[in-house]
Amino acid sequence: MSFSIMLQHLVNGISLGSLYALLAIGYTMVYGILRLINFAHGDVFMLGTYIAFYAMTSFMLPWWASFLIAIILTCIFGIILEKCAYRPLRNSPRISVMISAIGASFLIENLAIVIFGGRPKAFPIEPIFSKILNIGGVSIVSVSLIIPVITAIALCLLNYIVNHTKVGMAMRAVSKDYEAARLMGIDVNSIIAFTFGTGSALAAIGGIMWGLKYPQLIPLMGLMPGLKCFIAAVVGGIGNIRGAVIGGFILGLGEIMIVALSPALSGYRDAFAFVLLIIILLVKPSGLMGQNTVEKV
Amino acid sequence: MKKNNILTLISIIGFILLLLVLNITLGSYKMRIFNLCGIYVILALSLNLINGFVGLFSLGHAGFMAVGAYTCALLTMSPETKEMNFFLEPIVPWLKNVQLPFPTALIIGGIMAAIAGALIGAPVLRLRDDYLAIATLGFSEIIRVVFTNTQRITNGPLGIKGLPTIGITGQSWEIVIWTWGIALFTIIFMVLLINSSYGKAFKAIREDEIAAEAMGINLFKHKMIAFVIGSFFAGIGGALLGHLMGTIDPLMFRFLLTFNIVLIVVLGGIGSITGSVISAIVVTISMEALRILDADMQIGGYIVKGIPGMRMVVFSALLMIVILFYQRGLMGTNEFNWDWIINRKKKIQKI
Amino acid sequence: MTILKTDKITMRFGGITAVSKLDMKIDKNEIIGLIGPNGAGKTTCFNMITGVYVPTEGRIFFEDKDITGIKTHEITKLGIARTFQNIRLFKELSVLDNVLIANHMRLDSNLFSAVIKTPDYRKKEKKIKEKSISLLKDVGLEEVMHEKSSSLPYGKQRRLEIARALATDPKLLILDEPAAGMNPQESMELMEFIRKIRDKFNLTILMIEHHMQVVMGVCERIYVLDYGIMIAEGTPVEIQNNPKVIEAYLGVE
Repeated sequence: MSFSIMLQHLVNGISLGSLYALLAIGYTMVYGILRLINFAHGDVFMLGTYIAFYAMTSFMLPWWASFLIAIILTCIFGIILEKCAYRPLRNSPRISVMISAIGASFLIENLAIVIFGGRPKAFPIEPIFSKILNIGGVSIVSVSLIIPVITAIALCLLNYIVNHTKVGMAMRAVSKDYEAARLMGIDVNSIIAFTFGTGSALAAIGGIMWGLKYPQLIPLMGLMPGLKCFIAAVVGGIGNIRGAVIGGFILGLGEIMIVALSPALSGYRDAFAFVLLIIILLVKPSGLMGQNTVEKV
Repeated sequence: MKKNNILTLISIIGFILLLLVLNITLGSYKMRIFNLCGIYVILALSLNLINGFVGLFSLGHAGFMAVGAYTCALLTMSPETKEMNFFLEPIVPWLKNVQLPFPTALIIGGIMAAIAGALIGAPVLRLRDDYLAIATLGFSEIIRVVFTNTQRITNGPLGIKGLPTIGITGQSWEIVIWTWGIALFTIIFMVLLINSSYGKAFKAIREDEIAAEAMGINLFKHKMIAFVIGSFFAGIGGALLGHLMGTIDPLMFRFLLTFNIVLIVVLGGIGSITGSVISAIVVTISMEALRILDADMQIGGYIVKGIPGMRMVVFSALLMIVILFYQRGLMGTNEFNWDWIINRKKKIQKI
Repeated sequence: MTILKTDKITMRFGGITAVSKLDMKIDKNEIIGLIGPNGAGKTTCFNMITGVYVPTEGRIFFEDKDITGIKTHEITKLGIARTFQNIRLFKELSVLDNVLIANHMRLDSNLFSAVIKTPDYRKKEKKIKEKSISLLKDVGLEEVMHEKSSSLPYGKQRRLEIARALATDPKLLILDEPAAGMNPQESMELMEFIRKIRDKFNLTILMIEHHMQVVMGVCERIYVLDYGIMIAEGTPVEIQNNPKVIEAYLGVE
């Protein structure tokens, strides 16, 4: 395989990894705070893409305005989702909350089929995203470069929020010890809402960029990426934001490289994540960046 | 005790007679749905054993069903049918000429699913519960990916058509005896299992793992037992479903299938055998009945456009309502028993 | 005769040492108290003995057998039973079922014979049911045996936990704060009860307790832990007069 083709795969892998990372953060943040797998997160991602699509096609808004609106609306949707589907069950057995999450996921998907229609839709792409750049003999679509850049910006912003603001400190406190944080006067409900909002906004950013890179929208488009990104979060160490990013990149690069190195295995691309999951659970269940926790008796 | 056993025996015999009568009176479409009910009873009970009684949250049912369905299909089909199916790529030689009677193939299908259950259970049952959910879900997706790609064994995405009908003779009355016969067997088996010392240990694990282990219960062994039994019955259910439909393909065993079974178990009451049975029947029938929502309807001369997908919206909304507002489902963890009925009757007579 | 011996057991969580080089030696039929201020590492010590945690260093011997690193359920089978500080009953199940479950491991029937209920299984099942009911009689819970265990008042839940632990046929019974939340009257009854079960079931008892009246009243020997280190050992009278213990409890003036 020539160097330039390899480089091309690498760029593709990095941009796919960036998208996975954005989505994985949402899982890891919610899990860190509520110990809940937000099964509907992949559908939130789908919703973000569809909102951007309708803003551009039905409301004829310019692309940047559409993207902004999509991010804001998805963020609000994430907060509503938490309030309706998860908050009432906060003190219920884990199994109920998990069922509620699965139920919410299916409800959103089926509503999307009813409202948006089951047929695939083509995501409109502005020329600036589809320009073919030629860098040192390697031709790369501009969106493949834009994705990692936007992801990096979003991650820096998130890092600032989590580590250098008051609300970030409260988030960390709640994820360390829910009860103690509540007793210290932290408004746990609004912190959880904020977490869902942030996670959903990141999912929307990921979704829009996904649409730019793979411009075919279907209501079930969030299902597979959603599952894979939860796995990315587990691989990186659930509850750990840095881990989620690393997990996302491992997954994205791994998938692209498997197909690149051995085209015969391309049919098994979707299985890669799950095999990775089983391996990590066997070798280091706490994930690459995770800490071993001891359950209190 | 004695009296109740006699009552149970009488009602079982009555039920079998009813099956035969229904088979004559109901049309073939309705009979098909009725058979489907029986299969979903098996599936719901097997999931309920794992999720409801041991409290493990497994989402891999579709995967185990796929294993059972494919195994059984490939073992019962005649070499000619196989040749017709595998026109793109020929079937592997060691499978080509195998043809076993239906009951043997069915049991092998169940055993293969149980083996798959043991293989996936060994690494993940030692882990925390929510990892189990995602790992089993992952496993069922891997199975699907593998079945899509092993063209020479499973015929890949094309699927397999022309599965022989359920049973040995191919008569329609035999189908209902098989589906509901196995459903009945599953019910009796689960009742006996749950009431045994092992069943109590399962419930103890559900209630409090740490205390259960401190009482000398080997967590891994008991979780494994439940998981393998559940997988076995899932495989049997999957095989029956495949043969009832007549065709199978990897898409049939998507997560949606697992979701349907979770839905049945939750609506019936997690941890209630009676609830699962009733719910399996009600949900299966209403899934069929609500097909009208997806199709065009004629109301007083106007044609109301059907909305494809509306049916599943109704069911997912129903699941959300139950889990948010009425977590116990239909039966909670309660069970039907004769004493309750008899006492009830006496009470009514007094009034 | 020594029944339990710990040899310099240490438990570290990350950088924190919860228990450090603890040596204990307990003889058969003794009633031993383990006391110390909150966070002294008492429950951690119990968790090591019962196999919930594996000690970072040191070894534990039960009846001269090294049980370090053995799984909890196997340790229970060898004859160590416990109760929990924050009651862990099988809440949704009946009082009787709670006790029956503790017999499961001694039942020794395979799955097949349990499901088809072979005569042999029936006989064993009947026997453990009788045993469980008589145990419930001993703790005064036979009247509520068909009720849901979570519906019992607090004191009765504590007693049920002890009955459940006894059902595993232990040689060593470990009680984690059995008198927590009890009034003086109930505490007095508990002391009586502990002595009674020791004699009746030929037990050795190791207990964590904060009620000094109970500890001093029932224990024959006491170990005192502070910050994971054993600071004193002796009879109740010795402990009461030990300056180190007084210091640990009251602080230095």
